[in-house]
Amino acid sequence: MAEATLTAPKREYWRWKEYNWRDESLDWRQANVISVGIDVGSVSSQAVVLCDGKLFAYSSLRTGSNSPTSAQKALESALQETGLPREKIQYIVATGYGRVNIPFAQKAITEIACHARGANFIYGPSVRTVLDMGGQDCKAIRCDERGKVTNFLMNDKCAAGTGRGMEVMAELLQVPIEEVGSASLSPPEEPPPVSSTCVVFAKSEALGLLRQNWSKEKVLAAFCLAMAHRTVELLSRIGVEKDFAITGGISKNVGIVKRIEAELGIQALKPTIDPQIAGALGAALFAKALYEKEGAGKASSGG
Amino acid sequence: MLANYGYKDGSGEYFIAIDTEKCNGCGACVTACPMGLFEVVADPFDPLAENQIAVVKEEHRKKLKYSCAPCKPTGERPPLPCVMSCQPTAIAHSW
Repeated sequence: MAEATLTAPKREYWRWKEYNWRDESLDWRQANVISVGIDVGSVSSQAVVLCDGKLFAYSSLRTGSNSPTSAQKALESALQETGLPREKIQYIVATGYGRVNIPFAQKAITEIACHARGANFIYGPSVRTVLDMGGQDCKAIRCDERGKVTNFLMNDKCAAGTGRGMEVMAELLQVPIEEVGSASLSPPEEPPPVSSTCVVFAKSEALGLLRQNWSKEKVLAAFCLAMAHRTVELLSRIGVEKDFAITGGISKNVGIVKRIEAELGIQALKPTIDPQIAGALGAALFAKALYEKEGAGKASSGG
Repeated sequence: MLANYGYKDGSGEYFIAIDTEKCNGCGACVTACPMGLFEVVADPFDPLAENQIAVVKEEHRKKLKYSCAPCKPTGERPPLPCVMSCQPTAIAHSW
């Protein structure tokens, strides 16, 4: 018995699901411009395929140690079962941490510009403030009605307040990462936030709290509260203007979103499209614009 | 656009803000900064525009406190070379 439990595969609580999606109603053969955006982040990689600026397919995978391979895999996953051959793609833009070494992308664009553009597409032109909570950094972006950045601030010094920090906590407390948000909202009262902003210290602090007989949920609540608080501080530096939207993986964590909303006193917009693909989506939109712009200069190939 | 380069840590906030509306890409800051913090590149935040703007180099963004330290002695502080060199007053420091 003991042996069986020892050799049983270990459950990885941090491990979130990889996925892909496509719009069956769109036919890529009818499209004039097929553009692709690939966001190779520190934790996850997304690829988005647009047909004439309409969302056609996307994927989200874990980033490996090699960013060209991750980008390749994300693109393959997005194209899966669409029947769309690689040669038909007219323009590829890369973004995210790993954007600089992707050989098959025509251009690399900073993720700040892409997230603002992507959020503009997902939430509409009323979005003025975008908070991107990524795997390893957190970006506060202000933008205009065209999705053009007007002010930004990025915190990439440490992993506190990011997806990576969430993964660490999920694993430590053995709560599946998708359930962290709702679990953190279950304690009847809000505990004081953990004081450490560093993930490594917060981990030891969480252990200490568990030893004081705090429930898992209460520890998660304390951690989510600290994370939300830190993010709001970042936001307050650039100022928050309505409408406010959150993108990136953490936007799926209701525990964080609710707490940020409570601290800001502003409701975040509800996404109609997966907000984790905002960066790649923005890149794909830029790819389309760049293709049209560059195509206009060259002898027109007729699409 | 106001581009904030830098970070906040336990010891304070260290940001250099460059106003891209004001920046004309002249490159005066590039030569003025004794630590070589700045470079003039195609606007990274507006890929469709064609103008050149000054940015803080990637490798300095996470250590501005130390990169800027030579120009910021404690006590009497002389005017900052980057701020002084910038004709359109596009550069501001948060500390």
